[in-house]
Amino acid sequence: MKNEVKIHEVDPSLDSRRSFLKLSGLTLVTAGLVLAGCSDNDNNDEMPDNTLPGIKNGIFDLGSGDFGVLTYAYALEQLEADFYTKVVNAANFNTTFNDIERQVLTDLYHHEVVHRDFFKAALTGALPDPSSQLLPSLAFSYGSLNFNSRNEVLATAKALEDTGVAAYNGAGKLIKSADYLLLAGKIVSVEARHASAIRSLINPNSKDFAGDDVVSASTGLDVAQDPSKILPIAGGFITTKFTAKYLP
Amino acid sequence: MNILKFIESFTDDNLMKSTSSRRDSFSQFGNIGKNLALASIPFGLSAMANKAMANDITPTPATPIGALQFALTLEYLENEFYAMALDSGVIPASENAGRDLKVFQQIADHEADHVKFLIAGLGGTMSPNFVPKPTFDFTVGGAFDPFNDYPTFLALAQAFEDTGVRAYKGQAANLITTPDLLTAALQIHSVEARHASEVRRLRGLKGWISNEERGAGMPAATQAVYAGEGVTMQAGYNTASLFGAAAGSEAYDEPLTTQQVVDIANIFIV
Repeated sequence: MKNEVKIHEVDPSLDSRRSFLKLSGLTLVTAGLVLAGCSDNDNNDEMPDNTLPGIKNGIFDLGSGDFGVLTYAYALEQLEADFYTKVVNAANFNTTFNDIERQVLTDLYHHEVVHRDFFKAALTGALPDPSSQLLPSLAFSYGSLNFNSRNEVLATAKALEDTGVAAYNGAGKLIKSADYLLLAGKIVSVEARHASAIRSLINPNSKDFAGDDVVSASTGLDVAQDPSKILPIAGGFITTKFTAKYLP
Repeated sequence: MNILKFIESFTDDNLMKSTSSRRDSFSQFGNIGKNLALASIPFGLSAMANKAMANDITPTPATPIGALQFALTLEYLENEFYAMALDSGVIPASENAGRDLKVFQQIADHEADHVKFLIAGLGGTMSPNFVPKPTFDFTVGGAFDPFNDYPTFLALAQAFEDTGVRAYKGQAANLITTPDLLTAALQIHSVEARHASEVRRLRGLKGWISNEERGAGMPAATQAVYAGEGVTMQAGYNTASLFGAAAGSEAYDEPLTTQQVVDIANIFIV
């Protein structure tokens, strides 16, 4: 008897709907745990999906639809790339971190700068009018963060990588193009590999690489969050003003 | 044939205990028959299995339900692999301040959760969409000894986790019409990536995949898991231009097709 992995479709529409509702219920429970206390604007139906990025009322808005999501990702990658650029160029980088830590942080610097420049190139090529629709290079401030402090740098890296994972996980469903979805998928798993690596550096002999604070101990699911939850976190480091009025 | 020799060398105790002899042996295998073996046989071991293949899984349809069924079968595989390893005592409990055991207990918990989650998502065990757990043989007919030999266990764990990351990615497009299912799959996908990164570090590797290198100490037979990871052109952008091909390829994980994953999984299904 074959153990085929395939659909035994009795009534496809009914069955997939039923499954959908069940999984949806589970997802909601998870979301409730993760986003406890947050009012979630999850009503994508009211979000126009054709607002292009660009200046609106004097402030750059990320827009909506696939270009909006890509521009949102570009903003986050700008932040990560800027952060690691400062980390590896800090005066005491070679003494603050040991060999393994420097290797990890240098790799992350490379990867995030590649991600940033990739989004810039991809958006420049795809936007109808990149001169007005491409998100400008953002400015950043890290407040009192001491780039020569191992603990502060690693803690910030952990927050950025975990935030990146949650952001991409939450943004996937907003993407309409299968090609763009795959590109986001190619990047998010690398962000998750980063998050795991940084967590391991902070607390090596532990389960923190995929700790219960980010992976639900009841469902085994990582965090996924909408842009409206991510941007206030990332925005703490971004000094250039922009809005995301058309993203959920 | 050379594959036989390779299997012998891989299961040889001395080989697994000595890094230098292991490296020698693998490179020797590489010299003899790697290209032949890999060109013709996915994972290099299919021919060894000598199975009727009567219970092999087949590719799932490119639909949301198909993607969930596909994911469930992969999670069955990982779940059983780690559960058996924890039962067997192969994972060292005290070395590295107990790190390895803590890591694999956490991974095992997640894989068990994923199985439960996906079964629920498919409507439960009585649903017509439910797929039962296949019968696994992680020794591949005696070629591997993962539950007595820790390096073998670690090598297979790395292969399964890196496969999982690529497999979920390959299903994303099948879930694009069902946003909540897509989100859930992404939430599992990133957990597999966290796992993969950590298992690779336990094996002394970077957490990310350079070019299409399976990494030191991985049997050549696992190359199917890494084939195609070396891409450096992403949507027309050359990711190698700034820091070279290794960094550029590390920055992106590549998908595997349903068929590619099925071929890998079937090696362990009897």
